[in-house]
Amino acid sequence: MTDATQSPRSVKTLLGARRGRGKMHWTDVFTYCYLGFGLFLMFAPVVWLVLSSFKTPAGLQEFPPTFLPLGQISVEVEGYEEPLLLFDVTMEDGSVQQLAQVRRIGIMAQMVDPENPGERLQIPIATREPVREMRMAWENYRDPLERFNFMRYLWNSVIVTAAATMVTLLINSMAAYGLSIYEFRGRNAIMLFVIGTLMIPITVILVPVYLVVTNLGMINSLWAVILPGAATPTGVFLLRQYMLTIPRDLIEAARMDKASEWQIYWRVVMPLAMPAVAVLAIFSIMWRWNEFLWPLIVLNRSEVYTLQVGLNAFQGELDVQWHYILAMTVVTLIPVVIVFAFLQRFITTGIASSGMK
Amino acid sequence: MAHADDKATGIGDVLQNVVAWPIRILFKLIDYPVTAIQNVIGIRRMPWLFLLPNLAFFGMFVIIPLFMNFAYSLTGGTELFISERPYTGGEQYGFLFDCDNYADPISCREDRFWKGIFNTAVFIFFQVSFMVLFSLITALVLNREIRGRGFWRAVFFFPVLLSPVVVALIWKWILLRDGILNAFLISIGLDRILFFVSPEWAMFWAVFVSIWAHMGFYTLILLAGLQAIQPDLYEAAEMDGTSKERVFFRITLPLLWPNMLVVIVLALIKGVQVFDEVYVLTGGGPGTATQFIVQYIYNTAFTNQVQNFGLASAASMVLGVVLFVLTLTQLAATRRRDND
Amino acid sequence: MRRSLKLMAASSLFALVAGAASAQTELRMMWYNDGIEGEVMQSILDRFEEAHPEISVTLDVVPYQAVLESLPIQLAAGNGPDIARVTDLGGLSEYYLDLRPYVQDPEYWETNFGPFLDWLDPDGDAINGFMTQLTVTGPYVNRTLFEQAGVDLPGEGATWEDWAAAVNEVASALDIPIPMAWDRSGHRVAGPAIAQGAQMFDADGNPALVDEGLQRMAQLLYDWHQDGTMSLELWGSVSGSSYLGANEDFANANVVMYMSGSWQIPQFASTIGDAFDWWAVPAPCGPAACTGMPGGAALAAIGDTEHPEEVGILMDYLAQEEVLAEFYGRTLFIPGHLGLASSGIDFDTDDPRAAHALATFAGAVPSISPVAFALQGYPSNRVMFNALISRLNEAIVGELTLDEAYARMEEDIANQLAESDR
Repeated sequence: MTDATQSPRSVKTLLGARRGRGKMHWTDVFTYCYLGFGLFLMFAPVVWLVLSSFKTPAGLQEFPPTFLPLGQISVEVEGYEEPLLLFDVTMEDGSVQQLAQVRRIGIMAQMVDPENPGERLQIPIATREPVREMRMAWENYRDPLERFNFMRYLWNSVIVTAAATMVTLLINSMAAYGLSIYEFRGRNAIMLFVIGTLMIPITVILVPVYLVVTNLGMINSLWAVILPGAATPTGVFLLRQYMLTIPRDLIEAARMDKASEWQIYWRVVMPLAMPAVAVLAIFSIMWRWNEFLWPLIVLNRSEVYTLQVGLNAFQGELDVQWHYILAMTVVTLIPVVIVFAFLQRFITTGIASSGMK
Repeated sequence: MAHADDKATGIGDVLQNVVAWPIRILFKLIDYPVTAIQNVIGIRRMPWLFLLPNLAFFGMFVIIPLFMNFAYSLTGGTELFISERPYTGGEQYGFLFDCDNYADPISCREDRFWKGIFNTAVFIFFQVSFMVLFSLITALVLNREIRGRGFWRAVFFFPVLLSPVVVALIWKWILLRDGILNAFLISIGLDRILFFVSPEWAMFWAVFVSIWAHMGFYTLILLAGLQAIQPDLYEAAEMDGTSKERVFFRITLPLLWPNMLVVIVLALIKGVQVFDEVYVLTGGGPGTATQFIVQYIYNTAFTNQVQNFGLASAASMVLGVVLFVLTLTQLAATRRRDND
Repeated sequence: MRRSLKLMAASSLFALVAGAASAQTELRMMWYNDGIEGEVMQSILDRFEEAHPEISVTLDVVPYQAVLESLPIQLAAGNGPDIARVTDLGGLSEYYLDLRPYVQDPEYWETNFGPFLDWLDPDGDAINGFMTQLTVTGPYVNRTLFEQAGVDLPGEGATWEDWAAAVNEVASALDIPIPMAWDRSGHRVAGPAIAQGAQMFDADGNPALVDEGLQRMAQLLYDWHQDGTMSLELWGSVSGSSYLGANEDFANANVVMYMSGSWQIPQFASTIGDAFDWWAVPAPCGPAACTGMPGGAALAAIGDTEHPEEVGILMDYLAQEEVLAEFYGRTLFIPGHLGLASSGIDFDTDDPRAAHALATFAGAVPSISPVAFALQGYPSNRVMFNALISRLNEAIVGELTLDEAYARMEEDIANQLAESDR
């Protein structure tokens, strides 16, 4: 957290970030440029996504794209019931005049001067430019959130993420404890197996896992999303590597004090393994929060949808509704950003210190 | 809990008070039955008790499916249940390896399988080399005496947390024909580039986006390695008047090598599995230029109207063998490092 | 914290037993959206629930990907919904419920949905459901661009070559980047291929995709991509059978002619509006016919349902002439109900372009070639469409020659059909 408060100052003092005393080395200049470019490259795409998500469908299709979300201004004109859209028109004499459009027919537009609504002008459409102001298309967010049971999806996602992370942490840390603290026959075989399956993508065993889940009667229940991914080989591997570094004397001392094995696990080893546990917790939260393909197959009732499934319902057969997709992408991003803002120091120091030793 | 407190001031306290407290009660409750079991079976059998829950889940959702997957690969047809599928022996494997000329993927019956393997290999080659290069540069930069190192570390780590689909959508939105990058190119007087039409550009962006999204993680691993190097080594070199370039190649790089190895192997394994990110970004195109092996498996099993689980399973068994060899390499590499 | 943990546990439990405890009969309808049709259906279902308090219906909206890829597996495993909106009409036939014993008046269904019932059940005479929309493929042009360039729209009976020449003239006069764009879809290519004389099936009714007619169309498409009539970025930029449309480029006036279909009308009406005249034109001709492809999505009852009677009641309600008239009218879908098709629908739009497009596509139905209907009714037609588009595409981007692509198309179809016949 301290870093976050430090950051404005750190940007300012960056120029002084020297490697040694004395004159600037080329690497100092490089460092400065690299960090600035990195900041841009990492954040600009996300900023652009957020800005775009506030544009109307018509605004999204514009080229060249405008930086800020804009909407065309419309004005009330005497004699017309509906407000009319306002345009800047380049007149034949070269002057620019603001006119309101009554209707467009082919390549000509019927326009009126809002000050003088009696007279109708015929204007070629190529000479008019819409007059626009900044306008946020909140409806990109409001419509889908109203149309769907957003709170239900959010709740399901939170339950799945929280429950799955707890199950993962518990069983992975128990297994890691068993594999790191004890010497026993078969340990290496099990480690080999864990590592061998370390990175099998679920995509390739989707059908068999689906059948197992069906046989367990878990289709359309949140358990179907919580349980299958709980026994992550990655988690066991990560925690075990960390627990191997815990001094054996501590464990022997605890045994002398007649602590049970379970007590040693949760009172001695777990607190010491906290940095690695935190890393696994963060990763588990991210994995579960972002999971899409698997929930899509096992959950087909709206009351058990997770956010990722519910919010992707905008992808139809024939039309991709970009304005909704962008907005809903931002919605799923928000929790990630919050978690990151609060835990970033914890995450980064955690990985660095547990650092895949 | 003193140790954990040191690691995470503030946050650690919060976590402990909010999350850990109910958990502590739960663990205390579990203690009674577990200790009772310990008294019956003895300490020597206790590791199995600790392993049991994980192995049960693992067996249920990974090992059984893996065996079922193997069984699928020996059957044909379109039925879902293995018992209803006709046994075909090694025929599906035969289809995969049925080529007129092994040097030319187009001559194979399953040409897309081989193109997928070829594309995956190309992708891995570029992705892993540039991933290592850029995470090394970033780690070196972050290891310098800069203020707010935590902030900068966070900047580079941030994309790691985004889901693959989100990452791909963000970049697709930028790279489209009418996207902002093309608007920029035109505004500085260049021509519009149709990035997803050229095989080279499509592969470039697949590699670029994948590095953008995952570099932060590898950077942190390398950074941990850099920070573990004893400062007195550098001081000694400085006193000897050794040039900075020499220090880098003679001290930093060799001492960082173990961490580099972890990065290389992890990136390698992740590269073999590449799917959703690139699928959303390029759709596998143009043609089949960025179609990877996992996408071939997915298409064969799901997207085609005739959902060919047999062939897909055979292909995934082949992929599984490749992955297993790669991970064993990692294991061997880690072992050697541990012995150093 | 403990309380919220309890809440969480309770809620998960709720999710586990949901549906089991209610006294009502609950029906689940799986649905996907291209536009606003989900909202319209929901409002109709609300009225149905008022009229039938003993039945509740839940609309489960899923991404289209789930209908295409997950639903077949769910159905095979017996985990499907009670009713589903599907597009793989004949391919999922074995999982449908025959509503004949459960509907009030099977004759009404047969008179009004006759030909479409065969799409759902190619081998029998079951009543499985009705079409939520009939689609017809065909081109739109940007008429404003034609006017600005001073080029006349090719008239009735114009061939694809005539159109290609005309749109190229417009594009070069006005510096438009893409003269012609087609949806990247085998289904879209099939209609014009039939117009060029493709028969699609041999004399015994077995699929025979590659013939002279199809080669003629494929060659045209290939040439158009080489000479710049069509842009590589649409077809070239994804792989396999992935669908890709040119909606945005057409809406931005970057495309003079866009080969798509009737389902675009609601979207164009809202995104383009009156920015230019988007104009549906009759299907261009080839030597054999002037035809598009029919298609569409159906609402089908699923055989695994535990409540066939209630499903029958619901389907009867939804299939009523007044209800369907409202549904098609509000969604701007071409009706899949013969009575409504002949009496006409009062579409809920005052956009003259949309009204013209609806009339054009609805009017094109009678002139659709019988080959196109046969292809649409063939249960494994997606195997043919996918082979066609993916291999043709690999030829267009230069990975295969056209002759290799033809051979691959036939092999792909033969391999997949052999696998499904096992």
